[in-house]
Amino acid sequence: MAHGTNKLALIASKGTLDWAYPPFILATAAAAMGWDVGIFFTFYGLPLLKKDFKASVSALGNTAMPMKMPFGPEGFQNINWPIPNVIMANIPGFETMATSMMKQTFKNKGVATVEELRQTAIDLDVKMIACQMTMDVFGFKKEEFIPEADIAGAAAFLAFASDANVSLFV
Amino acid sequence: MGIATKVLDCSGLMCPMPVVKTAKAIKEMVLGDTLEMISTDPGSMPDMKAWANQTRHELLESRAEEGKFRFLIKKTH
Repeated sequence: MAHGTNKLALIASKGTLDWAYPPFILATAAAAMGWDVGIFFTFYGLPLLKKDFKASVSALGNTAMPMKMPFGPEGFQNINWPIPNVIMANIPGFETMATSMMKQTFKNKGVATVEELRQTAIDLDVKMIACQMTMDVFGFKKEEFIPEADIAGAAAFLAFASDANVSLFV
Repeated sequence: MGIATKVLDCSGLMCPMPVVKTAKAIKEMVLGDTLEMISTDPGSMPDMKAWANQTRHELLESRAEEGKFRFLIKKTH
């Protein structure tokens, strides 16, 4: 490349469906531009590296989450249902419903799934670092994670990030 | 739009897939080849410009027509 390789260092700290997207989208876009990319998965972001992960979306505390229906005429789909957050978050089964609605809406709009984006990141040689400390604290086993994950600590990530052009905490 | 070596249709796909698929297609082509990429994602206009700028491949043409966005890219390295 004419002007050297750019480098992106990301920290993925959240594991809900909505928050799983930004690190994988940024990582794959940067890798597609020829950047060197590394993601450090820590705390609630760590399960995104599990072989079998089930991300869901919660309405709890997610006060800006739009509530849209993934079916029906376009005008109906565009309605942002005015359901108060405190009610949404307290209805049993709401999380499951909101998760499936978000997945359906994203599918309808042509947004890739988190699993597809993660595989794309792997194909593009994005470096994925699983936080050793989080694994120990939550009692996760190495075998539960995809083989592409490198298990390391904060120092290893910082060494990678030390000469990154862009560093983001997600 | 000129005749491209290859056509890549990314219609219906959202960010970042048009850029990701373009990068993959260009990687598999040979020097001097041209790729026509078609997208329906309006974000492709600024994104393809940024992608070409970053990767130093040449964006020969980019235009919007009938709800579609068409790009012609030349592999330069």
